[in-house]
Amino acid sequence: MLIPCPYCGPRDVGEFTYQGDANRVRPALDAPRAEWETFVYERVNTAGPHREHWQHSGGCRAHLTVVRDTLTHHVLSAEFVRPGPVAKAGS
Amino acid sequence: MKEYSAFSVLRNAFTGNRDWKPAWRKAEPKPAYDVVIVGGGGHGLATAYYLASEHGLTNVAVLEKGWLGSGNVGRNTTIVRSNYLLPANTAFYEHSMKLWEELSHELNYNVMFSQRGVLNLAHSPSQMDDYARRGNAMRHAGIDAELVSPERIARLVPGLDLSPEARFPVVGGLLQPRGGTARHDAVAWGYARGADRRGVDIIENCEVTGFLREGERVVGVATSRGEIRAAKVAVAVAGSTGQVMKLAGIENLPIESHVLQAFVSEALKPLIDTVITFGAGHLYVSQSDKGGLVFGGDIDGYNSYAQRGNLPVVEDVMSELVALFPGVARVRLLRSWGGIMDMSMDGSPIITTGPLPGMYLNSGWCYGGFKATPASGWCFAWTIARDEPHPLNAAFSLDRFRRGLVIDEKGQGATPRLH
Ligand SMILES: Cc1cc2nc3c(=O)[nH]c(=O)nc-3n(C[C@H](O)[C@H](O)[C@H](O)COP(=O)(O)OP(=O)(O)OC[C@H]3O[C@@H](n4cnc5c(N)ncnc54)[C@H](O)[C@@H]3O)c2cc1C
Ligand SMILES: [Zn+2]
Repeated sequence: MLIPCPYCGPRDVGEFTYQGDANRVRPALDAPRAEWETFVYERVNTAGPHREHWQHSGGCRAHLTVVRDTLTHHVLSAEFVRPGPVAKAGS
Repeated sequence: MKEYSAFSVLRNAFTGNRDWKPAWRKAEPKPAYDVVIVGGGGHGLATAYYLASEHGLTNVAVLEKGWLGSGNVGRNTTIVRSNYLLPANTAFYEHSMKLWEELSHELNYNVMFSQRGVLNLAHSPSQMDDYARRGNAMRHAGIDAELVSPERIARLVPGLDLSPEARFPVVGGLLQPRGGTARHDAVAWGYARGADRRGVDIIENCEVTGFLREGERVVGVATSRGEIRAAKVAVAVAGSTGQVMKLAGIENLPIESHVLQAFVSEALKPLIDTVITFGAGHLYVSQSDKGGLVFGGDIDGYNSYAQRGNLPVVEDVMSELVALFPGVARVRLLRSWGGIMDMSMDGSPIITTGPLPGMYLNSGWCYGGFKATPASGWCFAWTIARDEPHPLNAAFSLDRFRRGLVIDEKGQGATPRLH
């Protein structure tokens, strides 16, 4: 499995750390308890294209949002979690 | 007379082995049953068996989308143990162990249960303290557990690298002598035959594609072989739980599906006659009767429904095996494969009524559902037949997360890939 890091290019999955489902949205601190229970303990567990977070921990250390098909492991897209100014490689 | 015995083997030998009956009929689906079980893995088949044998419910069908044994029951590394710390797990897995000890007789089917012992290696004094605590909890519950010294380990496992120069030197271990391995396919086939002979229909190549509803209530299933109505619908589909429950409109569950790989080496002369687990990483290994080393390690660690994994875990598992047994470095790998695991939020299973009326759910088996097979079927059958959990599975409810009653053996929190 290769993940195309937008900064480093395609790299082996062994360089990355999985950080889980990116569809979960942290509720407000004063949100009802039920929302927090869902956030902490429940997952949609998608079979198919899945939005998820990975960190390129063995590379540029950027946090990425990856869309990957959980049925085939095919990576459909990878982008920075937080778009913003990024230094050019080698600069 | 027993269907399988020395006498029947002899008699069939004289008639050219032409008179054996198939272990289960190729049943055609009937329009309705008292109970329909979705999933013909170990747990679904054991549930059907105990529904018939313990509760007299025989108007039962097991629906399997592929062939029997195509799921995790035929993909696991066959380790059976009851060496848990927390009371709910201790009692449940020990019940399973006791069922294992009688299983071949109970089923009149040799499941090759071999109590060769399960030895957890410790690599630091604090790990020994942890093992002492777990061992004491086990003994307190009447389960066998022994702390063992490196000297004893050297006698038990002569091939192991016990030198101080080892990458992670072994300082001792926790042994459960009654733990061991079983023949996984035989477990599926044995329960299947036992259920079949009591009247249960086992229907292969029958995929559940939807649930029939009357209001909230589940009243049957739609399948690739037509609609089947049932007073009770029980779901035991392991790694497919999320997909199947979505068919009933349940979008969220405390479960993630992950891929776990397993490996078998070429056949060796007898080298390891217990089950060994590596404590400085995650590796478990035993040797099969054919001589192959059967082993595995961590899940790959990302959500997956693909029954295959990636190379980083392969490298990891191999390096751990070689750290323990440097002598096997040049042994060739014969096969590897993957299975989809239903990883729960606290690492413990779910065996419960609901979540919808008319429905029953069995799931969340993580790495360890094979050893649970007898108790899981036994408890699930009880829950289905009586519409309430047995005390042994009362703690494995679906609402325990909401109620703050998680059973988190490893203390990892709600991160399924770490359990
Ligand atoms: C590589 C690996 C190693 C393991 N090692 C061990 C071990 O050493 N010890 C241990 O205790 N446990 C181990 N396990 C875990 C154990 O194998 C599982 O927890 C257990 O087998 C799950 O229960 P089951 O047998 O009922 O699952 P399965 O055999 O997976 O049964 C579920 C069945 O449901 C069927 N199904 C799915 N969707 C549908 C549908 N829509 N309609 C009809 N049928 C459907 C599937 O085809 C499947 O046959 C391991 C698992 C793996 C993958
Ligand atoms: Zn990068």
